[in-house]
Amino acid sequence: MSKKIIATTSLAGCFGCHMSFLDIDERILKLVELVEFDKSPINDIKVFTRPVDIGIIEGGCCNSENIEVLKSFRENCKVLVSLGECAIMGGLPALRNGIPIEECLREAYLDGPTVSENKEQVLPNDPELPMLLDKVFPCHEIVKVDYFLPGCAPDADLIWNALVALVTGNEMELPYEVVKFD
Amino acid sequence: MNNKISRITKRYSEDPARLLDVLHDIHSLKGYVDDDDVEQLAIELVLSEATINEVISFYHFFSKTPVGKFSIYLNNSITACFRGREAVKRALEESCGTTFGSVSEDGLFGLFDTSCIGMNDQEPAAIINGLVFTKLTAFRVKELVKGLKEGKPVSELIYEGTGGGNNADKDIQSMVQNNIRKGMLLLNRDYHKFEVLRKELKQHSPLEVIQIVEDSNLRGRGGAGFPTGIKWRFGRRVDGKHRVIICNADEGEPGTFKDRVMLTEFPELVFEGMVIAAYATAADIGLLYLRYEYKYLLRFLNRILGEMRTEGLLGKNAAGIKDFNFDIRIQLGAGAYICGEESALIESLEGKRGEPRDKPPFPVEKGYLNYPTIVNNVETLASAVKIIKHGAAWYKGFGVKDSLGTKLLSVSGDCRFPGIYEVEWGTSIREVIEMCGAEDVQAIQVGGPSGVLIGLKDIDNLGASNLMKWYKPSGMMVAQKFYDRKLSYSDLPTGGSIIIFDKRRDLLQDVVMNFMDFFIEESCGSCSTCRNLPSVMKQKLQKIIGGHGVRQDIDDLLSWGKMIKVSRCGLGQTAANPIVSSILNFRDLYEGHVQAMTDFDNEFDLEKSVQAANNFVGRKSVFHQN
Repeated sequence: MSKKIIATTSLAGCFGCHMSFLDIDERILKLVELVEFDKSPINDIKVFTRPVDIGIIEGGCCNSENIEVLKSFRENCKVLVSLGECAIMGGLPALRNGIPIEECLREAYLDGPTVSENKEQVLPNDPELPMLLDKVFPCHEIVKVDYFLPGCAPDADLIWNALVALVTGNEMELPYEVVKFD
Repeated sequence: MNNKISRITKRYSEDPARLLDVLHDIHSLKGYVDDDDVEQLAIELVLSEATINEVISFYHFFSKTPVGKFSIYLNNSITACFRGREAVKRALEESCGTTFGSVSEDGLFGLFDTSCIGMNDQEPAAIINGLVFTKLTAFRVKELVKGLKEGKPVSELIYEGTGGGNNADKDIQSMVQNNIRKGMLLLNRDYHKFEVLRKELKQHSPLEVIQIVEDSNLRGRGGAGFPTGIKWRFGRRVDGKHRVIICNADEGEPGTFKDRVMLTEFPELVFEGMVIAAYATAADIGLLYLRYEYKYLLRFLNRILGEMRTEGLLGKNAAGIKDFNFDIRIQLGAGAYICGEESALIESLEGKRGEPRDKPPFPVEKGYLNYPTIVNNVETLASAVKIIKHGAAWYKGFGVKDSLGTKLLSVSGDCRFPGIYEVEWGTSIREVIEMCGAEDVQAIQVGGPSGVLIGLKDIDNLGASNLMKWYKPSGMMVAQKFYDRKLSYSDLPTGGSIIIFDKRRDLLQDVVMNFMDFFIEESCGSCSTCRNLPSVMKQKLQKIIGGHGVRQDIDDLLSWGKMIKVSRCGLGQTAANPIVSSILNFRDLYEGHVQAMTDFDNEFDLEKSVQAANNFVGRKSVFHQN
């Protein structure tokens, strides 16, 4: 059996889900036997180099770059997995969804109590920067997502079990311990 | 301290369980309850301010802000919409000088939406300062508002005179019509008031009464169909200092109005039923929970209770039976659909928010104030009287095998003769359609929004059959042409609401959306499933109707419909029924809307989404194609 190809990315997330992924500890050796990584922060490959079997997305979408990356994942991956609260629900970044974006920017760059050195009232508007969306979106509201792994961050065992199931085609082991959050 | 408020709390012996009455009286006094009142009530009733505030916010007809000298609550049920509600609404806004959801500047008029007020056969209807006005038109409401502005009393403005029957009684004086189209056992003029209490009841021991009711196979008429005799037997077995009989007259299911007619025309029959139930179960406390919308019946009903006391049918040694002490009090609700659920109703009777309790324990074990409590529907209690009068064998001569006796149907919607029809169980939908003169029928909502929407289609040939098997409100899966489906507990159970839609109606846009709005409004908010899912499902339905739906959306709706089944009470569990049953029976309508060529559509527009931020920081939106 040829190895499955995996790609991962972190959009509007904190990399906590990727850290949790690394919590699979010594099983990482087993993982290398099962899969190969394509585009991913883990191996620092920046662009897709071949068709990918499983794409794993951490974080939701807060700017135009997130949208672009997410869409490229959908195009290049057969199966897409939303990993963690932010990818599934928008998570912490989505707390701004109840507040108009103008107010958020004003607070962050002009009026906020921690703004001390912006005398010229500069706002980030360089064309190089990604453009901010009016709201933070969960991934499945932008592209079709096939699977969802909840948690903040998801338990390493949950990620491992899901990967093994996806790679081997067997049913996923889902003991209560890996999806309880208390 | 406000003496007027103190006088009100003293009137109810400063009993916190009477909070609803206290709040009603404050509303009659000044129209609303303010923070000072709440502070004072908290001290006098020994409740926290938060408890009182959450009760006030729970019920439609309580308010912390002024609701206008004349508060107008316009019903927004589906039938009202079909009968020109929009024009009435506009006319009201114009002539009152304010918009819905607010009070006019001069404080004279408050305009509010409200859920079905039990007048589905005479829509559009509104409640103005507790009085019901039916068959409104734009012209009528302009006249009405003009009259109010001129200072005429609300009660003088019923423009067509009083309705028939007891609606003309001096203590009712309402323009509401009974529209009794067909009577049989209950709606029968051959009824001699309290005859059973005076004669037949004494001839039986309490256990014999239970046995007779059990033999008759009488089942609860509120919709769930629990065997009444068994409920009574359970209730009698449980020890308690007191035992309670509650008559549930909180028919909030859109489209039902049978209890209103029963209580207008045959209140004696209902009270008689309560006394019989009390005698059988050795209960001493009787409560009738009357929905606020029927407040106009309160004085009339209390008069009858007074007459019963004078005649010795209530009180000490009630009905002349030694050591049988039983009296009835009427508790007025305050506008909340969920209070029709028996444990929510009990909470409400105790002066709390009407949130359903966890079961078990069931009310027969621990109900009102933790006493064993039997909650029966108006119609159930009335049926019990006839059963004691004529015997179980006689009663079994009506209806079909698992569903004996008769059922009061509240028929409304697109038909020539909306109103109350008393039919035998086992009557087919075809017969109902013929009876009420409906033509070009497209669909029928049986059992109100929490029931099922049935149509001409053969429903067993549709896809997603596994989902359907899982999602099975009773009666939904029976594969028969709808004309021949029969009203019975095993095929089409119903609390009696029948709403007919003819071919002019857009089932999804008009009907299902209206029903979902109802559930969104009426969720008590206790379970996250019933609080959130109806909103989310409605959004999805909107997406489908708007042409952005995909096939997956239909399946999502069905599978989310499963999730709502974990809600605590029956009402929450059925809150997705309008969508689920319309998918099961009218899948074509959904498939007609969804896009065939794509399996994903998110309605997401990147250009629109970055606009606001870009404008604010002063940059152009540039999109790279890769």
